[in-house]
Amino acid sequence: MSSRWLHPGAWWVWALGLGAAATRTTNPLLLGLIAAVATLVVMARRPQAQWARAFSVFVRLALFAIVIRILFGIVFGLRVGTTTLFTLPSIGLPEWMAGVTIGGVVTAEMVAIAFIQGAQLAVLLICVGAANSLASPVRLLKALPAGLYHVGVAAVVALSLAPRIMINVRRVMQARRLRGRPTRGLRAMSEAAVPVLESSLDDAINLAAAMDTRGYGRTTAVRPGERALQATLVLAGLVGIALGLFAVLGASGWGWALLVIGMALAVGGILVAGRWTARTRYRPDPWRWPETLAAGTGVLAGAAVLLSATGTITVPLTWPTLPLLATTAVLAAALPATFTPPPPMPWSTA
Amino acid sequence: MIKVEDVTFTHDGAAGPVLDGLNLQIPEGDLVLVIGRTGCGKSTFLNLLNGLVPHFTGGTLAGRVEVAGMDTRTHAPRDLAGVVGTVGQNPRAGFTTDTVEDELAYTMESLGYAPDVMRRRVEETLDMLGLVALRQRPLDTLSGGEQQRVAIGAALTSGPAVLVLDEPTSALDPTAAEEVLAAIQRLVHDLAITVVMAEHRLERVIEFADHVIRLDAPIATLQDPADAMAGHGLQPPVVRLGHALGWDPLPLSVRAARRRAADLRSLPFSAPARRTGAAVLASLAHTGVRYGREDALRDVEVDLRAGQVTALMGRNGAGKSTLMNVLAGTRRPDLGRVAVDGRDPATLQGGDLISRIAYVPQDPTDLFYTDSVAAECAATDRDAGQPAGSALNRLQDLVDTVAVDTHPRDLSAGQQLALALAIQLAATPRIVLLDEPTRGLDYPGKVAFSRWLDRLANLGASVLVATHDVEFVALVGDRVIVLADGEVVTDADVRTALTSSPAFAPQIQKVLSPLPVLTVEEACSL
Repeated sequence: MSSRWLHPGAWWVWALGLGAAATRTTNPLLLGLIAAVATLVVMARRPQAQWARAFSVFVRLALFAIVIRILFGIVFGLRVGTTTLFTLPSIGLPEWMAGVTIGGVVTAEMVAIAFIQGAQLAVLLICVGAANSLASPVRLLKALPAGLYHVGVAAVVALSLAPRIMINVRRVMQARRLRGRPTRGLRAMSEAAVPVLESSLDDAINLAAAMDTRGYGRTTAVRPGERALQATLVLAGLVGIALGLFAVLGASGWGWALLVIGMALAVGGILVAGRWTARTRYRPDPWRWPETLAAGTGVLAGAAVLLSATGTITVPLTWPTLPLLATTAVLAAALPATFTPPPPMPWSTA
Repeated sequence: MIKVEDVTFTHDGAAGPVLDGLNLQIPEGDLVLVIGRTGCGKSTFLNLLNGLVPHFTGGTLAGRVEVAGMDTRTHAPRDLAGVVGTVGQNPRAGFTTDTVEDELAYTMESLGYAPDVMRRRVEETLDMLGLVALRQRPLDTLSGGEQQRVAIGAALTSGPAVLVLDEPTSALDPTAAEEVLAAIQRLVHDLAITVVMAEHRLERVIEFADHVIRLDAPIATLQDPADAMAGHGLQPPVVRLGHALGWDPLPLSVRAARRRAADLRSLPFSAPARRTGAAVLASLAHTGVRYGREDALRDVEVDLRAGQVTALMGRNGAGKSTLMNVLAGTRRPDLGRVAVDGRDPATLQGGDLISRIAYVPQDPTDLFYTDSVAAECAATDRDAGQPAGSALNRLQDLVDTVAVDTHPRDLSAGQQLALALAIQLAATPRIVLLDEPTRGLDYPGKVAFSRWLDRLANLGASVLVATHDVEFVALVGDRVIVLADGEVVTDADVRTALTSSPAFAPQIQKVLSPLPVLTVEEACSL
């Protein structure tokens, strides 16, 4: 398959489908399988770019989540199970805090439950990391509807500022060492904060000036009435969505209707705003069958796991088995590793 | 094409105007060079043309600026985007996308060009600026010269009538600068674009200019380049040579000077010796540094000697900064050894470090962490355990006047450099490392700076200067190390190094070759 960028929306749908699966299953084998599938696809289809290195950060974050969850589980977890591993000194709590325990007997079951709950979060993080390193944030921005474009730019600039701040922190810390000043401790951090913020702010201002001279934010003539209409639509839409969500959670029947109407109003507002910008797109990423395949396998994996998983952990623990439907669907989500076009190599000439 | 009428501009809170009573008319299709001493308002003038002044910067503007028939009072920068293309001082800071092709299309997208027009314009621009091979490269993998050409291309695709360039070659090595200037010249010739450019490195650009605007002249006007250069403090070496020898008309290019200098080349010349250096203060042995899969330094063997100024040269990305970082102990080498004063620099901290190594990074403001020059100097005295006022004395020794309550970031480039040196030299270190110190310095600033380095070397310090500026190296260098692709390709005395390669030859050397003359002073002694 000749190389091209896969539509970033396809990668996000794929990753969120897998992520949804991870939040619904408590089967450690299935969780491991989802993480493996996500990792496999990232390894196969990750482009050579700075932002694509985000994956390893997310993996580290995921491992951290598991460790933290297990520690919390040991100290604060519900005392269940019979296979005692060791006993922690327990702290007696007043009666009004009944139900909360600190310390006490630590059982293998408790550790296992904490591990599974941590793994759910960890696999979700891995899926989000996969989307982040597969789909270019800038290309995702290009795929946004015109009305959301300006908000999207602000979000992307904010996201790109984080790594820039990290680079600035490193530079300033190196400079501090060269001045013979301590580079560790609270005092060092507070003294470094000023130059770091100053240089990051300079970066942001330079970027804003450059974008301004390149036509960012140019609007066509807007009638005052139209602006008021758009504001009303978006505001009413958001209120509708909020009330609708509230009602849905409270299991009221009319909640769904309110939610749909609110969304429609908000989308209308965005469409009206979209007409103000004369923006066009240079070589937009097309949506062809590989996009459908990637997004489809992701959604399918999410749906299959949703159907077959119970989402609860029962004690005593039993060795998990792999449910046929969910396993097949999750395995199918690895297909994009080969059946999508590879990303363009940075040094290719065509 | 550009009309500036009675323009006076004052920054918010400033005591006086930066630009005062400016009246100019720039005709279509000219390449106009804006010159003047550091801080005379060159960037402000350029931003006047694209509307950033006053729409983005604030401040008070009186008078009228009209670009291609559009008044900047009533048109914001984004409305002028199709008429004025802007390339800022640091192209990387202004990139809004992540690949070359997308960057080229960005302005057209904002202005709503039809997809097929965009596609055609991008292809044309790729060809025109020689970027075809780079079209899908992520912008952060490009070299400095390539980034500059992409930024120019990105400003061009929307078909502007005016191109505004702020210091387009200052950060570039000589070869990359030539590429960029050749591209700019082609635009002026082929597309009749009006180019307004500010540049400190006059030796690179003066010969291409149709007109020169001296912003620090009492009345700034459009001048003929040769007239503007006569009796002006900012003369590049070749003009200074012509001036010193009383040539008329003044030569602006090496070629013109070479024609006049035929009889000089047959004179005998005994090259004055430069410092050879004494004891070895720092050394790298078989040093290698890798970033990921790439070698930043390979098997480097370098000794730095006391009482010598060594210039570290080479293309952008050749490993100069890495070598500096290894010597300063910021980066541990992956292979080989590094010793400064017999110690591993990476293990040095605090007083041990500042009494041995002074390092001024590319951006000196990294070193500052207080809000005034006085506070910065006081902190330095405390750290180095010296009587109060020592750092300030050193600073006042380096620059004539500096207000002590100024914020370090508001100082001019030359003053920032001076403050950084005043701080870093506190504990009398004998290794002085300077990364691209002459960026943003004009000729008088460079001459003053070269005198400080001279003095440091004569006091027994070993000075290592990473730089692209061959004229500066000709002025102050004793020895030149050239890096290419992480390897040392030249390590020789300055005269041998600068006379053996045309890429690194200073202007005077090009004029008087084969005589090994490097500076105007040496040429005048013929």
